[in-house]
Amino acid sequence: MHNKNRVVSGTNGSDTVMRVKAPPGAARLHRMELKLDGLSCPSCSRKVEEAIRKLAGVVAAHVNPASKTAQVDYDPRHVEVGAIIREIRQTGFGVGSATTRISIRNLHCASCVTRIELALQMTPGVVAARASTLTNTVEVDYLPEQTSFDKLRNAIESVGYRVEVPPVVDEGVADPAEAAQQAEYRLLMRKFWLAATISIPVIALSYPDLVPGLSDWMPMGSTTRRLVWAVLGIVSLPVLVWSGSQFFIGLWDGLRHRSANMHTLIAIGITAAYLYSLVAVGFPGLFPRPELAEVFWDVTTVVVALVVLGLALEIKAKGRTSEAIKKLIGLQAKMARVLRDGREIELPVEEVVVGDVLVVKPGDKIAVDGEVIEGASAVDESMITGESMPIEKHPGDEVIGATLNKTGSFRFRATKVGKDTALASIIRMVRDAQGSKAPIQRVVDTVSGYFVPAVMILAILAFVAWYLLGPEPRLVYATIVLVTTLIIACPCALGLATPTSLTVGIGKGAEHGILIRSGDALQSAEKLDAVILDKTGTITRGEPELTDVVATDFIESDVLRLAASLERGSEHPLGEAIVKGAEARALSLSEASGFSAIAGHGVRGEVDGRTILLGNAKLMRDRDIVIESLSTTWEQMAADGKTPMFVAVDGMLAGLVAVADRVKEDSESAVAALEALGIEVVMLTGDNERTARAIARQVGIERVLAEVLPDDKAHEVQKLQLEGKTVGMVGDGINDAPALAQADVGFAIGTGTDVAIEASDVTLIKGSLVGVVTAIEISRATMRNVRQNLVGAFGYNVAGIPIAMGVLYPFIGLLLSPLIAAAAMAFSSVTVVSNANRLRYFTPGRSAE
Amino acid sequence: MSMDRWLVLGGGLALIGLIVWLFWLKRSTGSRASEAVSGYQEAMILVKGGYTPDTIIVRAGRPVRLNFRREETASCSDKVIFADFGKSAHLPTGTIVPVELLPKETGVYEFACPMGMFRGRLVVE
Repeated sequence: MHNKNRVVSGTNGSDTVMRVKAPPGAARLHRMELKLDGLSCPSCSRKVEEAIRKLAGVVAAHVNPASKTAQVDYDPRHVEVGAIIREIRQTGFGVGSATTRISIRNLHCASCVTRIELALQMTPGVVAARASTLTNTVEVDYLPEQTSFDKLRNAIESVGYRVEVPPVVDEGVADPAEAAQQAEYRLLMRKFWLAATISIPVIALSYPDLVPGLSDWMPMGSTTRRLVWAVLGIVSLPVLVWSGSQFFIGLWDGLRHRSANMHTLIAIGITAAYLYSLVAVGFPGLFPRPELAEVFWDVTTVVVALVVLGLALEIKAKGRTSEAIKKLIGLQAKMARVLRDGREIELPVEEVVVGDVLVVKPGDKIAVDGEVIEGASAVDESMITGESMPIEKHPGDEVIGATLNKTGSFRFRATKVGKDTALASIIRMVRDAQGSKAPIQRVVDTVSGYFVPAVMILAILAFVAWYLLGPEPRLVYATIVLVTTLIIACPCALGLATPTSLTVGIGKGAEHGILIRSGDALQSAEKLDAVILDKTGTITRGEPELTDVVATDFIESDVLRLAASLERGSEHPLGEAIVKGAEARALSLSEASGFSAIAGHGVRGEVDGRTILLGNAKLMRDRDIVIESLSTTWEQMAADGKTPMFVAVDGMLAGLVAVADRVKEDSESAVAALEALGIEVVMLTGDNERTARAIARQVGIERVLAEVLPDDKAHEVQKLQLEGKTVGMVGDGINDAPALAQADVGFAIGTGTDVAIEASDVTLIKGSLVGVVTAIEISRATMRNVRQNLVGAFGYNVAGIPIAMGVLYPFIGLLLSPLIAAAAMAFSSVTVVSNANRLRYFTPGRSAE
Repeated sequence: MSMDRWLVLGGGLALIGLIVWLFWLKRSTGSRASEAVSGYQEAMILVKGGYTPDTIIVRAGRPVRLNFRREETASCSDKVIFADFGKSAHLPTGTIVPVELLPKETGVYEFACPMGMFRGRLVVE
């Protein structure tokens, strides 16, 4: 391996591969390699090593911090794999084990559970196994490198049980709640139809004076009228008892928990109306003028009908708010074509284990996450990343489960299955975020804690006031006012305002490949004044590429061929870029000999019998090579942010090759779009001022913070925050984690399947800056929607309740009918949910690609 | 003022008093979470028309596991939100869903369904 120190220092890859000498008697020992998660510091590796070595039965343990693996030699007779893994976990690190769930056909008794668990635990590579007679499944934690599905199946079948195919659907992906919602909707609609059907004759016969002919048949104060009204009371009863049952259940449950909600108000309202009517029909003598003893059966039936219809419509509309997540769930592949024992077999996707080789044909959906090992194709990843162009895949590239293969065939090795796949993580994150609360919601929470009891108090006050001071018939007016006030108040609209908009907004983000972590993040993103962009990997691609070749008296392709031949086998990113550039131009490279690195300056060696030097001006001058003819070009390239290197052949300057980390195509438009949104854009980089400025110029950024040490990035964020700004930070989420955490909103630019980036508030699955713009636009649109909802819901209640109490009556004689109150109440929550649903039509505007 | 008016006034005021007492003044003492061998402070919460118990008392600095069991289909209660902890959980009907929290500081933390129809309190001592 070449070990080079270069002119421009790139990545600092420290390789500390340790070779384990086979200990005496190794035949009886097992050796395993474990993948460790969260291993970041060299001292941690020592901690893990010591912890494992302490275990009896462990002969040797070596941890490689570079590859994040632990190699353990152990005696299986004295120590279990599980014990080793537990020990590692206790030091605070994760072990890369995967979990699968296997259905078992004849799992009935408690003793079966132990037998299956034991059989699995004896299988090498199994960390833990939990069987359950309840679900007839066993959940196995296993080390993907050590075992396969076949081995697990063999273990289960060796103790006499049958593995069932197809196995259960992963509960994290299926949605049983939807069926319940559908059933609820149908039940409410049946209740509505009953209430509506009964309401029509009840309305007509309750106001006989308004219907021509009826008042003659049942004149005011007649026995006919009283009899008809008594019959109406009986007919209305099923509406109250069945269609309105949820209100009474809610009232009762609420009382037991000393809480009150919309159901409480409706239940009291309709009961009051019903009881009043009952008294009016049964004991008209109690009224000052018995002929004025009217009934309100219509209030009971119509209020129930309207409110129940409102509830049903709300369920329908709420179902649409979670459309985005349903789409994501629907993306999941059902079957996978797996290579087992050299044969291609179709398996349910749940049976695929890490390490399986999967075969993908044109038009296939890719079942799980993995790495291409053979073949090539273009894959449509738009459903996950939002990127509309198909992505070329070659061996070594990552593929994401649930994406669609387009043209070619290929094979890939599964790296993540079940709940670990990118899709499953996305679904989980979106769900969690949709369930989280925006800070704005806290105000509503405080209000709604007092809301319902307050409305009840207001209704009683209104009743008393109308009874004491109101016009005759006082009892009739007081009752109408009481019922109307109770019914018009709508705590639901308040409660629905924020969560529904949030659900739609966060779902919309997911559709565009933007994962917003929480309501908090969404609300903060709206207020951003400044966004800090990390340069490498965020504005630029993060991989240097060959950009220029300049020759003096040589042929350009010769200069490149010689430089690339010298760098062949190089692991330095700059060297790799030159080699790749040469390969892209189909140059055939030669063998280099006598290679050596000149620390801080460059490299030298022989290619085709000629001495080649590649490096900076100092390297050339030290060897008396005249470089003046190209020094202006060199300066120009350096000013453009490139890394130019002189090439000398046999002591003569031959030319220049330049390498640069190219700016992503859409970085410039994204910066412009951010500025159009009124956001200050700042670039942050560890690179020198000159390179940084050059890149900043290309994308149109004015404020540059260059030569910032990695540890100081968070500090720079804080400095900007001290200027009084709300700051967003965009970075890769690994090197920039502290800065992302410091920022008010941390955006992590993700690549491929690693979507669950801890430090970030927002993850952009597609590695483009345009996502930052879209995320901010979504947050602004969502928060605007939330405010509309809140203003609407508060305004409705603040205006509606006093009107219902009759405050306008003394001035303009306005008194609401309970029927209108019921309609207003039922449709206010539907309006809120429908307004939230408008967000579904959000399209990223200014960030138009 | 006639007799019936006095009656209505008195009755109204009494009802208001009852509402204030019932919804705002009366507080349940709450139930204390039991400490399991696993080191978790565990409590079972029934979700049906509300949370039963609705006040859970735990000790600060130790992990808490609240096992929710929902036995109804009302739309609000399908989720429980711990806003102060930034946590939420889906509660499918009939399944026990554990929610794990680590309360570091003492205080009263509310949990509720998304529309706030059901409310509960986690009292950290």
